[in-house]
Amino acid sequence: MAETHSLQDLRQQAAIASKVFIQRDYTSGTICKFQTKFPTELEARIEKQQFEETIQTLNNLYAEAEKLGGKSYLEGCLACLTAYTIFLCMETHYEKVLKKIAKYIQEQNEKVYAPLGLLLTDPIERGLRVVEITIFEDRSIGSR
Amino acid sequence: MKNCEYQQIDPQALATPTPTPTPTPAPTPSARACPEKKPRRPQRKWEVFPGKNRFYCDGRIIVARQSGVLPLTLGLILVTSGLFFIFDCPFLVKHLTGFIPVIGGVLFVFVVISLLQTSFTDPGILPRATPEEAADIEKQIDNPTGSSSSYRPPPRTKEVVINQQVVKLKYCFTCKIFRPPRTSHCSLCDNCVERFDHHCPWVGNCVGKRNYRFFYTFIVSLSFLTAFIFGCVTTHLALRSQGGNGLVFALQESPASALELVVCFFSVWSILGLSGFHTYLLAANLTTNEDIKGSWSGKSGNEETGNPYSYNSIFKNCCSVLCGPMPPSLIDRRGFVPSEDGAEIGPAEIELPAAKNDVNMCTQGTKGLLETATRSPFLSSPCPQAKSQAIPPPALDALPSITPSPSPSPSPGPGPGPGPALEQTKVSRERPAATTPHRHHSHHRSRSKRTAQQGHNPGHASNPPASPGPRRSHSSRSRKDSKTRDPKFTPLH
Repeated sequence: MAETHSLQDLRQQAAIASKVFIQRDYTSGTICKFQTKFPTELEARIEKQQFEETIQTLNNLYAEAEKLGGKSYLEGCLACLTAYTIFLCMETHYEKVLKKIAKYIQEQNEKVYAPLGLLLTDPIERGLRVVEITIFEDRSIGSR
Repeated sequence: MKNCEYQQIDPQALATPTPTPTPTPAPTPSARACPEKKPRRPQRKWEVFPGKNRFYCDGRIIVARQSGVLPLTLGLILVTSGLFFIFDCPFLVKHLTGFIPVIGGVLFVFVVISLLQTSFTDPGILPRATPEEAADIEKQIDNPTGSSSSYRPPPRTKEVVINQQVVKLKYCFTCKIFRPPRTSHCSLCDNCVERFDHHCPWVGNCVGKRNYRFFYTFIVSLSFLTAFIFGCVTTHLALRSQGGNGLVFALQESPASALELVVCFFSVWSILGLSGFHTYLLAANLTTNEDIKGSWSGKSGNEETGNPYSYNSIFKNCCSVLCGPMPPSLIDRRGFVPSEDGAEIGPAEIELPAAKNDVNMCTQGTKGLLETATRSPFLSSPCPQAKSQAIPPPALDALPSITPSPSPSPSPGPGPGPGPALEQTKVSRERPAATTPHRHHSHHRSRSKRTAQQGHNPGHASNPPASPGPRRSHSSRSRKDSKTRDPKFTPLH
């Protein structure tokens, strides 16, 4: 039964019990990185390793978006030469990675988190401040 | 939904028994229960944005509420350049070379484009916290005084170690978040801005993480343009006054040149100075805000302070700011506010539709958020009664666990009654609080105003189209400081 939960079913049948917020980790500076500390509220729901793997993958993806490398410098220099007008027509490297992140989060939600009654919210919707995890309390599935 | 059958009976609902749109529970009945409201068109997020900004072109363009002297800046640039092209260029093309208008044209285009981009780009505004986030942060903060409704609690800070430096993160009472490092709250725009540099009245916008490169391009190209025009006009007048005619004759023949000369003469010094100052800031990976406050200059006597964000390489510092990846706008101006109708989940690019529906059902627009924080996260529509009926009861029971302290009435069905009272206490708590974190900004602004006035008094005939005074004085101070500064830290990456 749990495997066939779609996100919509979850929403209609379940009620939100609480939300957990994974805050940003600023020890490496201003780059976008989230704390991998496992929150106590999730202990009953998900394995620590799975959670840490998700957050670590997210951190790696954001690091890739903000990486100062040859490609980003090239994009920046080209933009500077065209008085930054290419930003109007071109999608930046950062935006491309953000799309990748959105896809990853959706995939994680479908495969891992929704069956456990959890939902990850894309941090971009929260201004890249937090990873919001909504914990659902299943009411309609009577087993709990 | 079954619950809605017990609401007030309205003729429209009876007359048009439309089937509920299935993907979204709850919202439609509330729309039907308020017949006096026309079916509202979905709002875009910029329309409910809580900060003091103005939006144009359906949210594509963002400026500060007070446009400052942006029209003056633009006017000066356009008029001076226009006079140059009309009156000086023909003479110079005839007597010198045809490249002059070409170079002037390229510089002019660069200046105008970068000015418009600086003014109209989101500087890196951080969206305010949702009520749940704010509640979560409140839970984590110790409040020894107990109830915080009567007076402002002390400013909250959190310490974090970045690159062996202790950095204090301050809590923003307006945005209800702990500000990330290098973020500051601009009191003019009423927003927290990432990597806040300063609020520039000449461009009518804050300068922050996302538009610093445009600002830098603007002031550098403007320095070149003013220097170029100054040089060309001087050459023009010199050529005209040759052959025994004299300068006065030349000025009489070309009066526009006199005006250009005056404008450029006074502009070039201040703008060149500003460009030099910002080049220094760029090389040291500092912001104007940090430089003015002396965050990393070791003034407190602690020799160990140094800029923890610097890469200790001038080239890398410059590249990271100017050529680094362009961060996205976090405020999602053109996304749709998830309304009660829930009909459209807008073109906001990256989100799970289900998640947005579900999670944001309680977060309808950032403006509503601050109000809902006082009531409950789920009930913020204009028809609170209808909404409270529409939400399935288990959600309402769950409310107390979600919003413990901030909302004094966690019980369902707050209605309009306790609302205004709560609003008042909330506002009264917020207003005195809001001034404190901004103190350094008002201080900064008043200082810049004072020095700007002092700068204007000794006869600056024209307003230089860039921020004068304080930056020059600070540039001299900073240059002195740079010699004593000795960053001994490993680069961040």
